[in-house]
Amino acid sequence: MIQLEGITKSYKVAKRATGLKQAAKALFYREHTMVNALKDISFSINQGEIVGYIGPNGAGKSTTIKVMSGILVPDTGKCTIMGYTPWKDRTQYVKNIGVVFGQRSQLWWDVPVMDSFELLKDIYKVPQQEYKSTIGQLIQTLELQEIVNTPVRQLSLGQRMRCEIAASLIHNPKILFLDEPTIGLDAVSKIAVRQFIKTINKEKGVTVILTTHDMNDIEALADRVILVGKGSLLYDGQLEELRKRFGTKKIITADYQKNRNQIDIPGTATLSWSPERVILSVDTAQIKTSDVITQLSNQRDLTDVTIETQPIEDIIVQLYKEYQI
Amino acid sequence: MKVYISVLKLRLSMGMQYRAAALAGVATQFFWGFISIMVFEAFYKHAAHTPPISLKELIQYIWLQQAFLVFVMMWFRDNELFDLITSGNIAYELCRPSGLYGFWYAKLLAQRLSSAFLRCFPILIVACLLPKPYNLEPPPDITAFLLFLSALLLGLLLLVAISMFLYISVFITLSPMGSLLVFGVLSEFFAGLVIPVPLMPIWLQKIAYVLPFRWTADFPFRVYSGHIPEQEAIIGILIQLAFLTVLVLLGRAALNGVLKKVVVQGG
Repeated sequence: MIQLEGITKSYKVAKRATGLKQAAKALFYREHTMVNALKDISFSINQGEIVGYIGPNGAGKSTTIKVMSGILVPDTGKCTIMGYTPWKDRTQYVKNIGVVFGQRSQLWWDVPVMDSFELLKDIYKVPQQEYKSTIGQLIQTLELQEIVNTPVRQLSLGQRMRCEIAASLIHNPKILFLDEPTIGLDAVSKIAVRQFIKTINKEKGVTVILTTHDMNDIEALADRVILVGKGSLLYDGQLEELRKRFGTKKIITADYQKNRNQIDIPGTATLSWSPERVILSVDTAQIKTSDVITQLSNQRDLTDVTIETQPIEDIIVQLYKEYQI
Repeated sequence: MKVYISVLKLRLSMGMQYRAAALAGVATQFFWGFISIMVFEAFYKHAAHTPPISLKELIQYIWLQQAFLVFVMMWFRDNELFDLITSGNIAYELCRPSGLYGFWYAKLLAQRLSSAFLRCFPILIVACLLPKPYNLEPPPDITAFLLFLSALLLGLLLLVAISMFLYISVFITLSPMGSLLVFGVLSEFFAGLVIPVPLMPIWLQKIAYVLPFRWTADFPFRVYSGHIPEQEAIIGILIQLAFLTVLVLLGRAALNGVLKKVVVQGG
């Protein structure tokens, strides 16, 4: 359904050192550097998938989304989505996609949200009947009843974001691009948004591509993740796979009766130690968690043990380190 | 077509929210209108030759100019569009299945129409009720009126087509101020909004007649007062149509050109 092959995009960025002298110099001569935002990105996505597109700041996530939604023209490479080339067949193509840019707004600032929805209905030429049922559903699932008649400028960020998502779905797109949709949302709104994305994916088979910095979003939604860093594609595959490959660490916290002897178990690293408590990081490739506990209970009079898997955030940090991005 | 009507509706309802602004606008325009009339009256009293346009015609000119100010003033702009371009929110506009030129044209047209709708009637009504010779008089006959209406509307379409270049230029400069000043001053002067075109020196008139600006304001207002006879008015309307076609085609091409190079950075 979505196919990218060798997409490359670079920006020209004017560069100058700070200070008045440098600014004066820049009046006559400007240095430019080319920033390679995307280097040879290729992947394909099937219908009905939810794909998490992750990477550190400035990795090229948004640029990819913009290329895929037809806003940016890449320097080289091929991109075919539903048979269209986004930047060439823009007007035909965009009928089929919905886009949410978390940092931008598509709603008219001064008028009630509903008016913006109505305008979008006309822009996308959605039949009245279809619009009514879609909007009813959107209002219900995103819990917008209270806010659709309020002018946008009076909404909170979370409320606005839910409206933005609804606005992107009025024309029942087959693909939804979400660029940081949960930015600035509180826990409740985040969960509502995630739930909603899952629902439309399951019920309508909408393909979702999502960029985010909140790894909980990825964990809750995406089976597949694509990791980019400095414009290059670093990993493309199952989230579980990633966890298996990199998430081999477990954290064991053990409380015990006072004992001043140091603990030394091969295959573990002590993260913190006190006479009553120790926190160990266990490399499960070297030693089984159960063995560690056995050894611990042999050496100590345990009162409490908790085991945590390594949070996905840490895995990502580790990945970033590994790829040096 | 429906999209354009909804944009107009939305704009109208937005315009209605700002009643105070409309009211203040009306008051300013009255003030401005009176000052202009008094200045010209003083000049006319001491004129050595008979001026090429009579004071009565000039007064019609000024009241129409004030009533339809938002139809003829280049500086009446849509800051939202500037923001869209400079902030990158244009990303959303590019995800819409409609051509950007048509959509923005409709937005700009709607903004001017909705503003004029709120402001022109109070000015026209009060200007008609003023004591002679300061009042606005009906046009000489119904044909002149119909010609005026078509010329005014075509003038509006033409002005919007010209102002599109202003927005297109912001894609390159990223700041509307420069283009706004240049476009604003040039168009205002050559449209005859500072000094009516017939009162300009001949060599300046020649320049004004070549440029498209005068067709947006000077022409329709003079058709109203009968200063431009019917025969000439019909030819003028044809020239307006020609200018409109050329400018829209050029604007479209220019916009498509800059859109190919547009870079939406960040976020």
